Amino acid sequence: MTRTEFMQGNTACAEGALAAGCRFFGGYPITPSTEIAEHMALRLSKTGGVFIQMEDEIAGIAAVIGASWTGTKAMTATSGPGFSLMMENIGYAIMTETPCVIVNIQRGGPSTGQPTMSAQGDMLQCRFGSHGDYSVIALCPASVQEMFDLTVDAFNLAERFRVPVFLMADEIIGHMRERLIIPDSVVSEQRIPLEPGTLPFKAGEDLVPGFPTFGKGYGVHVTGLTHDERGYPCATSPKLHEDLVKRLVAKVEGARDSITSCDIINPEAETVFISYGAPSRTVQQVLHDHSGDGIGHLRLKMVWPFAESLLARFKNAQTFIVPEQNLGQISREIERHVDGEVISVPKLGGDLHTPDDLYKVLEDAR
Amino acid sequence: MSEEEWLRQDRLPHIFCAGCGNGTVINCTLSAVEQIGWKKQDTIFVSGIGCSSRAPGYISTDSLHTTHGRALAFATGIKLANPGLNVVVFTGDGDLAAIGGNHFIHACRRNIDITVVCMNNMIYGMTGGQGSPTTPLGGLSTTTPYGSKEPAFDLCGLASAAGANYVARWTSYHVRELTRSILTGLETPGFSFIESLVQCPTNYGRRNRFKQVTDQIEYFRSHTILVEKAVRMKEKGEEVPADMILSGEFVRRNRPALGVRP
Amino acid sequence: MRHEVRFSGFGGQGIILAAVILGRAAVMYDNKYAVQTQVYGPEARGGASMSAVIIDDEPILYPKVATPDIYVIMSQEGFEKYGAAACGEAEMLLDNTLVHSRPACRYIEIPATREARETLGRDIVANIIMLGALVAATGVVSRTSIEKAILDSVPKGTESLNIKAMKRGFELAEVESNR
Repeated sequence: MTRTEFMQGNTACAEGALAAGCRFFGGYPITPSTEIAEHMALRLSKTGGVFIQMEDEIAGIAAVIGASWTGTKAMTATSGPGFSLMMENIGYAIMTETPCVIVNIQRGGPSTGQPTMSAQGDMLQCRFGSHGDYSVIALCPASVQEMFDLTVDAFNLAERFRVPVFLMADEIIGHMRERLIIPDSVVSEQRIPLEPGTLPFKAGEDLVPGFPTFGKGYGVHVTGLTHDERGYPCATSPKLHEDLVKRLVAKVEGARDSITSCDIINPEAETVFISYGAPSRTVQQVLHDHSGDGIGHLRLKMVWPFAESLLARFKNAQTFIVPEQNLGQISREIERHVDGEVISVPKLGGDLHTPDDLYKVLEDAR
Repeated sequence: MSEEEWLRQDRLPHIFCAGCGNGTVINCTLSAVEQIGWKKQDTIFVSGIGCSSRAPGYISTDSLHTTHGRALAFATGIKLANPGLNVVVFTGDGDLAAIGGNHFIHACRRNIDITVVCMNNMIYGMTGGQGSPTTPLGGLSTTTPYGSKEPAFDLCGLASAAGANYVARWTSYHVRELTRSILTGLETPGFSFIESLVQCPTNYGRRNRFKQVTDQIEYFRSHTILVEKAVRMKEKGEEVPADMILSGEFVRRNRPALGVRP
Repeated sequence: MRHEVRFSGFGGQGIILAAVILGRAAVMYDNKYAVQTQVYGPEARGGASMSAVIIDDEPILYPKVATPDIYVIMSQEGFEKYGAAACGEAEMLLDNTLVHSRPACRYIEIPATREARETLGRDIVANIIMLGALVAATGVVSRTSIEKAILDSVPKGTESLNIKAMKRGFELAEVESNR
């Protein structure tokens, strides 16, 4: 039986995690993400799971990674300052190929900034914030329903690719309440166990090694150091390091066209909005109010890996208009891939672009 | 099973310097694990960064070699997610007391059911001998070339105050006592903290008047005093010399613990 | 038909809860669409609290309230910050126990705090009186739906008090509207 709720985005995210099989939450309270921790605290102990409030966000993500090695689906949730603190251990999760979900309800930065106001200023930090080369998966919900649905997707992608997956939401979507339909059950993927007798970090064609869950007798050594297929540290071999990092990147980038998720409206349009997260709602309003204008819209539900092939779906596009709650973080990524004009429409301070704001940009562009 | 069977033979020889005290502590730990009869499959070793933290890489159980200072937070996640596992953390003075200090305090407060074995060499050994929070006042290191001007951390005092169920200190000289304390730590539900002072001839000893490896071990022998004896001396009004290392069991209690196997 | 309702008062009056109950009534029991948002300040009590609800028969795209057509104002500071600009076709319900100013638009005075204190014996249900008055005066959701949403949302043991408050709100709005 599906059920209808009138629910806050952050609560919907927690419910999505539980539906996906999340049984461990480790984190530290931070506005505007705290309702996720609070709801997990309320619900996890009733589903046989574990909630632990750690001493800081560094410890939160560390506990999540530790829990994941016992085969438990695990997540944390935070916002800007906590996200910054997590960066080193996020790199560790990437290097050790640990499935987990990291939710960032973005608020205004830098520093303490605007704790209760919306922003999308961490989109590049999510992609590049830890040291070294790597690739990530990041999803951006634009409704309370998607806070639920994309959290489920995040867990499935984490399990499939053995990576940390980011739910990069914003304060507007995290804090608003609207209709949520909770399905009876969701598709829930499980990491594929390591075939006994196979080296623990030896990957097959999909570039994702099987998972040697702790406590199952694999006797696996897991390290953040550059390691060989046995998992043993081997930090001075240039070739080994290059091969490892290239595989970690390729397992994500190679799949970007097959895993990408978006809405495409009016692919014949000459002028196309590209959006993700809360500004998508304004774009949708503009398209609704001017439905005869033939305006195009690419709404990205997955921003990273950036599937540039989506841009080519708009064959007649002359101009892309990119409203973001930052100074143009993703518009620059778009510029790299298109010949046409890219108009960044930045908005800082926490308010959402109004439909009038965007329609004016559209008229000027024409 | 013998202690050797707990080692990854294909990873030897190890990276520790000749004369390093870490091997002694690893052997004592494996001996205790062997005595308690834990199965390899159910036992997880976790560590952070530093010389001591390389230990899990030589042990044939599942092991997690994590980021600098954070081993206790990773271990907390493992133990809570699967309390059926036995979790032991190897750490050092820099890893535990400097960058990982806050996690140390909170792991003690939570009294999470893990055993922490700290190899305290009073220096950052792996990176070439920089001062650590346990470098003694006046101790020489590459970052305290004129002698450390900071008082050192009392790790056992910290663990006791923060709430650990079992706290003990020995040195690499005290092999039998150390093994027994680690065993007690493994047996004790809740957080157990066993500190072992270890010689680091390469980066501590040679800068601090211990010309031979044995000089520092001899120092450990002659400069330790049992905590009970120190208490008796104080009661009699006698002064315990300031350079004496308090050793033995500091705490053995039964505070409510987290993550204990049901 | 899109309605944009703005609630304001001081922290502790249950301004946000009132908005959540209204949105819940619309979505769960009137089968409409609703989006509830709020302004978060650092203070948990006092200050000027604001929450907004959009109710529509169609899915709501732009989620923020631009020009409310209905105001529910429960404090003077709330009026000054979030109600003073109300004009034209808008309609305001104001708690005249606490709000001294009057807007340029049509308004209904509801003595919610006084009634809560004197008739029901609990200040805390003033928000529910305002909610009842809002529904009776505007029909933005149905009376049965708001009742169900109130019952879903209030603490156990306070149901009858809150339903009394809601009904008192209905009556006060009817009296005012018939003037």
